[in-house]
Amino acid sequence: MDRIELVFGSLDMLILRTLRWGATHGHGIAKSIERMSEDTLKVEHGSLYPALQRLQQEGWITAEWGVSKNNQRAKYYRLTALGRRQLVSETSRWERFVRAVTGVLRPAESEESQ
Amino acid sequence: MSWRRHLAKLVALFRRPKTVDELQEEILVHLQMEEQENLESGMSPAEARYAALRRFGNVALAEDRSREMWGWNGAETLWQDIRFGLRQLKRSPGFTAVAVLTLALGIGANTAIFQLLDAVRLRSLPVSNPSELTVVRLADLPGRRGSQETVYPALNNPLWEYIRDHQSVFSEVLAWSPTNLGITEGDHERLLQGLWVSGDFFKVLGVQPVIGRLFSSADDQPGCGASGVVVSYAFWQSQLAGDPHAIGRTLTIGRHPVPIVGVTHAGFTGPEIGHSFDVAVPICSQSAYWRDGNWLNSSTDWWLTVMGRLKTGDSLSMANAGLKSLSSAAFEASLRQDYPTENIRDYLHFELAADSAPGGVSWLRDTYENPLWMLLGLAAVVLLIACANLANLMLARGSARVQELALRLSLGASQRRLIWQLLWESFPLILLGGASGLLLAGALGNALVALLSRQGDSLFVNLHPDWRVLGFTALLAALTTLLFGLVPAFRATSLAPSEAMNAGSPRIGGMHESNGLRRMLVVTQVALSLVLVTGAVLFAQSLANLRTVDTGFREDSIVIAWLDLSQLRLPVARRLIARKETLDLVRYVPGVEAASEVGIVPLSGGSIDNRVWAEGEDRQSGSDSNFNWIGEGYFKTLGTPFLAGRDFSEQDSPNSPKVAIVNEEFARRLGKGVNPVGWRIRREATPHEPETVFEIVGMVKNSKYRDLREKFAPIVYLCVSQDQNPNPIEQVVIQSSLPLPILTSRIKQAVVGKRLDIDVEFRVFKTQIQESLLPERLMAVLSGFFGILAALLTAVGLYGVISFLVARRTHEIGIRMALGAGKRQVLSSVLRETLMLTVLGIGTGLPITFIVARLIASMLFGIKPSDPVALLFAAFALCGVSLAAAYIPARRAAKVDPMVALRYE
Repeated sequence: MDRIELVFGSLDMLILRTLRWGATHGHGIAKSIERMSEDTLKVEHGSLYPALQRLQQEGWITAEWGVSKNNQRAKYYRLTALGRRQLVSETSRWERFVRAVTGVLRPAESEESQ
Repeated sequence: MSWRRHLAKLVALFRRPKTVDELQEEILVHLQMEEQENLESGMSPAEARYAALRRFGNVALAEDRSREMWGWNGAETLWQDIRFGLRQLKRSPGFTAVAVLTLALGIGANTAIFQLLDAVRLRSLPVSNPSELTVVRLADLPGRRGSQETVYPALNNPLWEYIRDHQSVFSEVLAWSPTNLGITEGDHERLLQGLWVSGDFFKVLGVQPVIGRLFSSADDQPGCGASGVVVSYAFWQSQLAGDPHAIGRTLTIGRHPVPIVGVTHAGFTGPEIGHSFDVAVPICSQSAYWRDGNWLNSSTDWWLTVMGRLKTGDSLSMANAGLKSLSSAAFEASLRQDYPTENIRDYLHFELAADSAPGGVSWLRDTYENPLWMLLGLAAVVLLIACANLANLMLARGSARVQELALRLSLGASQRRLIWQLLWESFPLILLGGASGLLLAGALGNALVALLSRQGDSLFVNLHPDWRVLGFTALLAALTTLLFGLVPAFRATSLAPSEAMNAGSPRIGGMHESNGLRRMLVVTQVALSLVLVTGAVLFAQSLANLRTVDTGFREDSIVIAWLDLSQLRLPVARRLIARKETLDLVRYVPGVEAASEVGIVPLSGGSIDNRVWAEGEDRQSGSDSNFNWIGEGYFKTLGTPFLAGRDFSEQDSPNSPKVAIVNEEFARRLGKGVNPVGWRIRREATPHEPETVFEIVGMVKNSKYRDLREKFAPIVYLCVSQDQNPNPIEQVVIQSSLPLPILTSRIKQAVVGKRLDIDVEFRVFKTQIQESLLPERLMAVLSGFFGILAALLTAVGLYGVISFLVARRTHEIGIRMALGAGKRQVLSSVLRETLMLTVLGIGTGLPITFIVARLIASMLFGIKPSDPVALLFAAFALCGVSLAAAYIPARRAAKVDPMVALRYE
């Protein structure tokens, strides 16, 4: 969790973005993030769950039990209207952040920061 | 965090278990899905499982973190926090001692008072279905004649018998009356707390015997005599040593051998809250135990408290309607010859009414309920001050840990988690404080009951803590924790990460703000203390006023003796002579300076009042006056001076013209000039005497009659030797400067040595007067205790804040001293700051004090609630206490060595 908060809640945004395409369960979200980022972002699956709880509390997503393709009981998460709005503002904030960081780092090599 | 998450957490707090289970299931499903995928991509089962786990990361951590999101720390972290709290307490025993003592005093004081309130007000009688119980009374008292024999609503016996035999309003009825019965053990006699009870009394209340049997209606039949006695469990244990064969043993009660028929169970302490009972005897035996005066066939002796049990489903108003329609026949049937003719019409028009009485009746409750609620309010203020102190201590502690907390915050710990931790850390403290408070409350409660006891009247209050008391203490402890724990916890954990990083030294970063809060707490303490100290001053002054009020008579070296001649079985005609002979025996005792008979001892609570008017004028022109029966020498004994006329003398006999002495106030109201001597007044008929004319032969100075608070009231003194209905019990006021034990033994020797059948009892007049001030004394003592406690707590709070301030400013003080500031200047600057805080507190406290003072106005005597002297005194006292508390840290500041202070930096 610490690390995720340190990168400005980017995991929250990734989850919200994933859910834009429709409701899915935790495993589905993890797979989808990996697919979208073409496996560059290695998300530890375990770190998804605290984030999911937090997003629920904020009222950005809702959860309900459903049945998966393999006939397994699983909890499905869905974006709420509030979550959709949050996604838009988070995205624009993120873009501003990226622009700013890129501006600062232009002369040097891009490296991971702490 | 948004409000949404706060709300969600709150909800989650109440349905935690489900969330936890669901989370486990969800993660399990996740792992299965991943494993399945891995299998499909061609891994071996073991490899697939391992890869899934690796991909997921630490399962337990993920669970924990997720749960943490919901505000649940898990039992384990909770235990950790508590253990940490315990370790901290052990590490700083000074802090622990101060905190626990503060809590114990605050919680103990509140619990003690609540305990008493619970016992007298909130609890029901220890009988079956107490909520159905009602007390039956006369709806209206005007026109009622005779003697009221108890402090409770009472009916006469013929009326009770009619109700018992004819009513259908209640499912069951009972009657009882408190009494004192003399028990003889060897040649020693003492008084027991007795009850007259109706035959069904125990059955209706659902009281069971421990051994033997309790009364039934067969025991309560006319002419039963002294046939049997039921004793209480406490009496059985203490006086009969719990003898299992006590049934059939005889007690000598009122000189009759009476067999014990049964013992009531331990939980039953009688129908009255505030008194227990030793023995109970049937109503029908009244005439047997008391040789003079048969109350059984009298409609002027109002002595039986009648209680009815509502029928299932009946409301009180239905019972009242039933009683109303029963009234006319009941009063007609119960009218006896002794009722004064001119009031018979009133009697026949009386109506019965019932009041709900789940808590029985209680004189104690009626007297002390309001003072106790008031005291509970004051005690709550003390607890608030204690909370402010603890909050201050916690703040100081929080600032010591600011770096630790800041580090944890920046590492991602949530503020909420840390606040919970800090709260749980204070849990052992509050547990210790609460438990010692409960212990203290037990002792305080007993001390309070002892404070309220009077001579010859042992109070019984069941202080065994019940669920209400325990719940109250727990609630108090929880509220206290929140009050003193939450604010500092918020403060300590709400630093922004940047500040937290910079919080390298306790002298920088965030401390300024916390210091402001601490000052605010101290200002609040001073404000609340002002309320309590002012209250204490007002109550103390009020009590002092009552103690020094001009009573109009001598209080010192006066003893009251009761001489019971009823065992002599004298006919009415012989009683006066016997009383005179006994009085002479007392008068001749060496050391007795004066002695006289008196009917009603002033300020004892008893009173007679009748309508009286000038002879020859209309009855309507008269007004009510107090009456008293006195003998020759009464005014000399009590030191009340005559203003005109003469004292009663030997010449005033039953056959001579009736005479009276009046006080100034009576003469003023009579309006016949300054000297009323020679005027004749007419008194209305009483139950014992017809309308009578008295000639005023003397006038004395005013004196108090019923209580100390009253204005001087009109009093007419009649001559005992002209009493048509002399009582066989003689009450004598004795003036003597002999020590009490010597005086009483000499009188006993003189009287009992001569007439073995006379019982003597003594009371000290001054003590009896002081006992009439018990409610005032209770308020003064306890509010004084609270005021001192408040001032002490505030002093401790101020000391803490000023010490902290001085420590923080050591550097600054060092510089100032290096630049030439003297010790005096430093000292006075610290004291000035203290005084400023105190004055600020006093300013804040003033409006609150005014409001509270107005609330207690009705309990004050001779002092206005807004008395400026009381306020000034309280304000100055607080300033003095503050300066004293600040003096030690101020001296420390003045002793700062500039070189050391600067080098330190």
